[in-house]
Amino acid sequence: MTALLEISRLNSWYGSSQALFNVDLTVDNGEVVALMGRNGMGKSTLIKSICQLLGRWEGEMRFEGIDLSGMPSHEAARLGLGLVPEGRRCFPNLTVYENCIASACPGPWQFKTVCDLFPRLHERHNQSANTLSGGEQQMLALARALCTNPKLLLLDEATEGLAPNIRLEIWQALGKLKETGLSILLVDKSLSEISTIADRAVILKRGEVAWTGDLSGLSREQQSQMLGL
Amino acid sequence: MRRETLFNFTLAGGLLGLAIVAWFVDEPFVITLLTKVFIFAIAGTGLNLALGNGGLVSLGHAAFFGIGGYAMAILASHAQSFEPMVIGPLTFDGTKSMPVIWLVAILASAFAALLIGLLSLRTSGVYFIMITLAFAQMIYYFAISWPAYGGEDGISIYVRNNFPGLNTLDPIQFFGLIALLLVIVLWLSSTLVRSRFGVALDATRQNAQRVTSVGLSPFTIRLIAFVISGAITGLAGALYADLNRFVSPSMLSWQVSGEIMVFVILGGVARLFGPLAGAALFIGMEHYLGGISEFWQFWLGLLLLIVVLWGRGGLLGVVAGERRHG
Repeated sequence: MTALLEISRLNSWYGSSQALFNVDLTVDNGEVVALMGRNGMGKSTLIKSICQLLGRWEGEMRFEGIDLSGMPSHEAARLGLGLVPEGRRCFPNLTVYENCIASACPGPWQFKTVCDLFPRLHERHNQSANTLSGGEQQMLALARALCTNPKLLLLDEATEGLAPNIRLEIWQALGKLKETGLSILLVDKSLSEISTIADRAVILKRGEVAWTGDLSGLSREQQSQMLGL
Repeated sequence: MRRETLFNFTLAGGLLGLAIVAWFVDEPFVITLLTKVFIFAIAGTGLNLALGNGGLVSLGHAAFFGIGGYAMAILASHAQSFEPMVIGPLTFDGTKSMPVIWLVAILASAFAALLIGLLSLRTSGVYFIMITLAFAQMIYYFAISWPAYGGEDGISIYVRNNFPGLNTLDPIQFFGLIALLLVIVLWLSSTLVRSRFGVALDATRQNAQRVTSVGLSPFTIRLIAFVISGAITGLAGALYADLNRFVSPSMLSWQVSGEIMVFVILGGVARLFGPLAGAALFIGMEHYLGGISEFWQFWLGLLLLIVVLWGRGGLLGVVAGERRHG
């Protein structure tokens, strides 16, 4: 496998406070990498830094060999970074269909194909996003990102606060996406579900990489220490 | 049929019917009044694209309206005086042909909107309002101090410009031409709003940062909308100047920007027929209440206050319910 995303010695700041310290991370083509850690350890900050949504970062970040430094966030997204942000953040007054087509790019993922993945969206295609349930909005956020035909899908707490049956539906969809060979970098707290699809995990602690490897190699003591489980 | 669609057909049909009745009973003044309504509806449709769909509160649209007006007056004045226009080594004879004038007005106002947009769209909120206002005022004062084209007195055109196959001096024929242009502008606006670009513009209005994270540039989207909006308003300016056969710096004044905005708010922001409803209501009030009292603007202000406080969907919102935006 070849590296799709390469990050080395990444330091990020929120204003004057530093949130990430010398983070190294790679995601290969077709690989699913889980980004884990307790609350406030820098997982979402790392996702935002990759998507160029944070004002200040230092270090090296390359996507398909292209240097991301100084690149506006919309250009980075156009390279193939598909973000499913924390808290869904759909466009509330646009319909399901409009949410998906607004930023759609040519490729295999079109409105019809994402509806095959989430049939509920097809049923509600003409409904405003703000009238959908939380789970449906999460599906829409994922569908919207897929319609940009990304090379790397970044999911920030995609199943947080959802009903168990919806969580299952989303994890099943992520499993199908993995089968298509799509690279995924996901942030989540659910170890059992992550273990079913992640090839590798990176655990952050206080803004630094504390552990990296196959999740089966993570001891109970490490789980307790680094993930609070 | 949705209530809004029904209302739109009733409004447009009613205004067209009124023009035909006025023609039959030989009331050219009413036809001219309706022509003015339709021209302001075109200007409002232009602003609605920026304000309603793009969330860009521009107080500078009088600049585009005036540039359109001056484009018409400059071309027509050279044609009527047989004095060619000299720009460097190039000379132009001017023209009295409406299609050519419209094209020049659209291009000139679009170019002005591009320049103003490139600078003003880097800001937002109250700064955007102030910058657009400042640009319009700059152009206004430039027109006042431009003696070659009448300065403060403006330019008069003796005979209305020509359109192939029509007698544009006949009020009903000129009205018909304006009505056709309004239909084209409404169709264009509707097509644009329902297109992927329109959806992206709406998304940008709702949350610009969210738009960047899905790979769209809010600046580019807003700039395109602003340029199209300016071009449509410029066309309306050329038509308005042709209606009056006169153009002066007052077409560029900030009050005109405010009036166009009032049409949009009164009729219904981001509603296709909102500017038409607003312009009809405004000009109707101006004419009928203005005949009763010289303080008619008090009642307009009161109505605007009621609309802003309780009927934010404007006239269309009150009549047709369900708002496009939450």
